[in-house]
Amino acid sequence: MNNEFLTDWGLTGMVFLPLAGALVMLLIPKANEEAHKLVALGASLGAAAFGVAVFADFDYDQTSVMQFEVRKDWIDVINSKFFLGIDGLSLPLVALTLLIVPLCIIYSWNHLPEPRNAKAFFMLILVLHTGMLGTFVAQDLILFFVFFEVVLLPMYFLIGVWGGEQRQYASLKFFLYTLFGSALMIVSFLALFFLTGGETFAIPELAARVADPGAFGIDPISHTTMLIIFGGMFMGFGIKVPMFPFHTWLPDAHTQAPTVGSVILAAVLLKLGTYGFVRVALPILPEAAVSWAPWIGGLAVVGIIYGALACLAQTDMKRLIAFSSVSHMGFTMLGIATLTDFGLNAAVMGMVAHGLITGMLFFAAGSVKDRYHTLEIKRLGGLLVQAPKLGWILGFTAMASLGLPGLAGFWGEFPAILSAYQPAPGLSDELFRVYMVIAAVGTVFAAGYLLWLYQRTAFGTPSAEFADEEVPDVSIPEWIAWTPMLVLILAIGVFPNLVFGVTDDNLSALAGRFVDLAATATP
Amino acid sequence: MFAAQEFVSPTLDWHALAPELVLTGTLVVVLLADLFLPEGRKGLVPSLAGLGLLGAAIPVLTLAVDGMDREMFGGAYAVDNFALVLKALFLVSGYVVVLLSTNYIAEGDYAEGEYYFLLLSSILGMTVIASARDLITIFVALELLSIPAYLLAGWRKNDVKGNEAGAKYYLMGVFATAVLLYGMSLLYGVTGSTKLADIGAALAGGESLPVVTLAIVFCVVGFGFKVSAVPFHTWAPDTYEGAPTPITAFLSVLSKAAGFVALAELVLIAFAGRGDAFQPFLWVLAALTMTIGNMVALRQTNVVRMLAYSGVAQAGFILAPLAVAADTDLSLAAIVTYLVIYAAMNLGAFAVVMAVARKTGSGEIASFGGLFEYAPGLAGLMAIFLFALAGIPPLGGFWAKFVAFRAVVDAGGNWAYGLAVVMAVNSVIALGYYANLARQMFMEPVADGDTTPVRVPVSIVAALAITAGLTLAFGVSPWATDLGDLANFAVPAAAAVAP
Repeated sequence: MNNEFLTDWGLTGMVFLPLAGALVMLLIPKANEEAHKLVALGASLGAAAFGVAVFADFDYDQTSVMQFEVRKDWIDVINSKFFLGIDGLSLPLVALTLLIVPLCIIYSWNHLPEPRNAKAFFMLILVLHTGMLGTFVAQDLILFFVFFEVVLLPMYFLIGVWGGEQRQYASLKFFLYTLFGSALMIVSFLALFFLTGGETFAIPELAARVADPGAFGIDPISHTTMLIIFGGMFMGFGIKVPMFPFHTWLPDAHTQAPTVGSVILAAVLLKLGTYGFVRVALPILPEAAVSWAPWIGGLAVVGIIYGALACLAQTDMKRLIAFSSVSHMGFTMLGIATLTDFGLNAAVMGMVAHGLITGMLFFAAGSVKDRYHTLEIKRLGGLLVQAPKLGWILGFTAMASLGLPGLAGFWGEFPAILSAYQPAPGLSDELFRVYMVIAAVGTVFAAGYLLWLYQRTAFGTPSAEFADEEVPDVSIPEWIAWTPMLVLILAIGVFPNLVFGVTDDNLSALAGRFVDLAATATP
Repeated sequence: MFAAQEFVSPTLDWHALAPELVLTGTLVVVLLADLFLPEGRKGLVPSLAGLGLLGAAIPVLTLAVDGMDREMFGGAYAVDNFALVLKALFLVSGYVVVLLSTNYIAEGDYAEGEYYFLLLSSILGMTVIASARDLITIFVALELLSIPAYLLAGWRKNDVKGNEAGAKYYLMGVFATAVLLYGMSLLYGVTGSTKLADIGAALAGGESLPVVTLAIVFCVVGFGFKVSAVPFHTWAPDTYEGAPTPITAFLSVLSKAAGFVALAELVLIAFAGRGDAFQPFLWVLAALTMTIGNMVALRQTNVVRMLAYSGVAQAGFILAPLAVAADTDLSLAAIVTYLVIYAAMNLGAFAVVMAVARKTGSGEIASFGGLFEYAPGLAGLMAIFLFALAGIPPLGGFWAKFVAFRAVVDAGGNWAYGLAVVMAVNSVIALGYYANLARQMFMEPVADGDTTPVRVPVSIVAALAITAGLTLAFGVSPWATDLGDLANFAVPAAAAVAP
């Protein structure tokens, strides 16, 4: 890191450039759609440029160290800082966000959903972009919370204004659910703040204070209190993931959202929850995490099976993909619940892979809907005949989603299952092995519903009502938006170290704390 | 014995009294101007009133720069940071109310000069109550701010609802005042002093008499009416609906804030040592206020009534820190911060409602349908105010909720955490009706198909600029919290003095 400008302004620029773009758009008249598209694309590419510069300068030998730290006074009275930083855990998710959003904007170029209004649509996407990037690099709990919540409003409007038939219901449900979780989460954050002496909201410092209260002259937090505080965070992050039984907002939101909304929701927004567990909850409250882990693991495998079974019962393509998210995020949460190096790595890999794959599935579903004006599975069929390229892309992505080795999905799913064989010391091996078996059964279901979906939509001959229609194949903007995702799905599948190489040191340091914890508990 | 005591004229600190003096001068000028101005030039009156309010803010600034805590009349009247922050709040909010009133009053068939005269009198009472540290001063200021408000609430005298508004507010108000006065007389009887600091010392040191509890509860009930806490809120929705909309804004922001100011002074200075007497009572009051306020707000179809009940629910959040307060400074900071931010966002919401009503002539929530299509600016601003009221970051309202949570969680213990959870659940319920209005504006078709743009008068544009600017500024750089933390009493709170 020798470039001073980049060190000081790299992350800040990356996070706020989209917001600046949104402000510029505020000044452009509504009628000028082209200008709005260009500004939105420019701002998101600008943010990506900042991001690429940061990645280029990032020291990959020290991924467990926070880099490009920015620490400025923000709210003095509660010692909350404007504290940004990036490490091996944040980097893959920041990269994912920086990739997905410009692709979504390109895809919208000629897929702008009704009632159009490019100005509002792209402004909301840019605000969303700032919120997502900020969450992944914020290292102060209050700042983290603010960014975490910033994403709510734009997504609410994206679903509610540009969504499908049930959009109003879906958007409100999404909003209320997530807000409920965050309201309890902020109480947890505050309790943590006061119980650690009321000095700091910085995540690393809070972790240090909870770990060794004596060194800071504060009373240790009782185990029960820790469990309750973790519970508040669990509600906040768990609803966002979403974990069974808090997942019911997701099928509605995903199904009703416009294509781009579904893509961002699936690819990035859900990761805010899983990321929150790994970034905030686990490092700060490791002891509570050990006590909670069996329950989290349990809910995760219930989610895997439940999501998969629900998929088998769906008649709508988009809703099926939405339920498959519940199932896939279950694998990620199972990986986290093992609290091992292996499991955590699998979880972060799972986040990236799910982001790319499910995002791509929603893109494909959106394009199918554009062409057939329906997503009802039984009315579709013969996609490979009418639009062979689109059919192949859907097939490729479905294969990736069911965890075919050689594609990205495999590296999220398989290690997560494997890690449950040997969870962190202090957790019951037997219990997690049962989870492992259940999760493995889930992969079989996954193959089932995805292949069945593909068979019904792509194989055979087009159904009678669409047989005579001219169905255009993949268009240029679609190619531009999709190629990077398809290439990455393959690339990560072949070289999983693209992700593991970045995350491993960081996460093994975190997993090491659980090993130490067990060692001190049983001397 | 009274004869023996020679009257000594108190020394007056003219600088400290300057804001009130400017206001007094202004209200005389307004009255005279109304008398002598020809019919066509009456438009000057609101400008004069607005200028007077801004003029009164100048000495507040100089006093703040000066930074010295001042006391007069043997400690009955204090000009400390707390008083200054709130005076500034009352003056600026008052100015916004004048901006909101300008077109409404001029275009309706209303008496104009008297309206501004009464408005200024009420605001004068508020600036006094911010400095009052003595039962008598509090009471006089309270009457000074209430009596003009009763009249203003019934200003639409040709309208049945307007009459109902005025009568209901007056009757309930007078009843509450009587209860308050009874509580105060008991306090004086027990402690032998009307000064809050003395009362605080006497109560904290004294034994626990039932009559003390009674006195404290009566005082809280008296102000519970003013701040429309459940179950003393029943006047609020009807009064808000029947009163002229600018006065509704005035009542729901300034008058309520004044009630909280007096309540905070009483509870945090005079009753501070007697948490056992008022905290359980306030706990229930706060929980009921936010829960019932929210529940009823969910069912409203009229936007002003919805804002009225939302204001009731917000009052619950302001009460919450008092209910469990362990730390006087933190609770005070929470209340002041909340009041400041609440003023900005709620006045803003009323400004939009008034602007829209000028076109639709309706206050129904359904009349907001499709607002985004023909007035995107107003719809966007309303969304900002609504989601600020709901407490979504990065808007100002988030910090208001945040400081309330901070004060409550800091107190620790099961009761405090319990209240924090009640608050958390309520902030979610509240989103239900705020988001519903947003849904109407952005997701529903235009109600009557009339999509001619809304013409917004300059004064309302100015009001919107001030309130939206502040709501956003408080959100991004939360210096309202700094302001709140700064706003301490000069008198040390009794809790700190007493063991």
